[in-house]
Amino acid sequence: MPLASLKPIPCDNNEFGTVAQARQIFDENFLAIRAKLIEIAAVLDRIDRATAQAETDPARPEDNVDSDPRRPRVDEAIGILLRTGAQQGERAAALQQLFSRPYDPQWRDRFDI
Amino acid sequence: MDYIDPHIHMVSRITDDYATLARMGCVAISEPAFWAGFDRGSADGFRDYFRQLTEVEPKRAAVYGIQHYCWLCINAKEAENVSLSRDVIAMIPEFLDAPGVLGIGEIGLNKNTRNEAIVFLEHLDLAAKYDQPILIHTPHLEDKLQGTRMILDMLDGDSRLDKSKILVDHVEEHTIAEVLDRGYWAGMTLYPVTKCTPERACDMIEKYGPERLMANSAGDWGPSKPTAIPDLIFEMRRRGHSESLIRRVVFENPIAFFKNSRNFKFHDRNQTAQA
Repeated sequence: MPLASLKPIPCDNNEFGTVAQARQIFDENFLAIRAKLIEIAAVLDRIDRATAQAETDPARPEDNVDSDPRRPRVDEAIGILLRTGAQQGERAAALQQLFSRPYDPQWRDRFDI
Repeated sequence: MDYIDPHIHMVSRITDDYATLARMGCVAISEPAFWAGFDRGSADGFRDYFRQLTEVEPKRAAVYGIQHYCWLCINAKEAENVSLSRDVIAMIPEFLDAPGVLGIGEIGLNKNTRNEAIVFLEHLDLAAKYDQPILIHTPHLEDKLQGTRMILDMLDGDSRLDKSKILVDHVEEHTIAEVLDRGYWAGMTLYPVTKCTPERACDMIEKYGPERLMANSAGDWGPSKPTAIPDLIFEMRRRGHSESLIRRVVFENPIAFFKNSRNFKFHDRNQTAQA
């Protein structure tokens, strides 16, 4: 980040002190958001290219991630970023939940402890 | 600003890190016992490690004006070996009266296995019997949610434990609310890739407030940044948060939690200077 952009963020009061204003947050983070989204797009493109190449290569016919359960979760995560309305402020927690193993409340019975 | 790092593994860091921490305002640290990067073969290996934590590191830190405290346990990764774990747990009382030993930690879960849970419960029993505060490691990545809830289940299931003496560490956006709601202290770990950034920690402070909340670097032998707390201080200042709020999170809260230990004898250099 250029030093010139390291200026105090205009703030509004809230219960725990202050929070930055939306315009300032967006202006300051736009390039970082852009770069991270392009990086994700490029990785997905790279996987697609490798998959297409593998389909024509008899030496590695199974080289794809179609059956990997993590792959659809990536698409689901991208969908969470597009949330609007009441849930839009909980995107980070929702992504964390998505990438978590489920909790089994009966785990003590299962472990017999 | 003076600050305290409540979770950092200085045995894995070079002396230059102590010098840097001191220059950035670090006045005290607490070092939980953890995994060395390999499984130790005997309880005597842990005895030597505990001597390093209680005898060597405090002297190394004191050269730079940093007060060093520690926590003792066998960590969750090595807890898979229940027999070794029981030998180590049986040895820990030898060290509980050593200067600077704050309690039992960092105990917890790693892959949320039965053996890990058994050893966690036996550590809780040790802490209850000796009236020791507890510092808890929660698992990483996809295991964190499940493991944190299992840990909270086990804590809630032991009526002998005092929640004000228990810190549940490495909370993130999906676990922080439950830890705080159930009455425990929560620690946010500022650690590259697998945990939390200073920016996200600042978001959580804004959302949940500073009550029973602190931050740490968990600096260790892996990719980590021992000066992560100054990064959080910088981010909070940049967002316009008050010095009193920042100080509460990075200085006053660790002191309030550590005071649960009879071995915490903190010297506040500001009070000394004023006197």
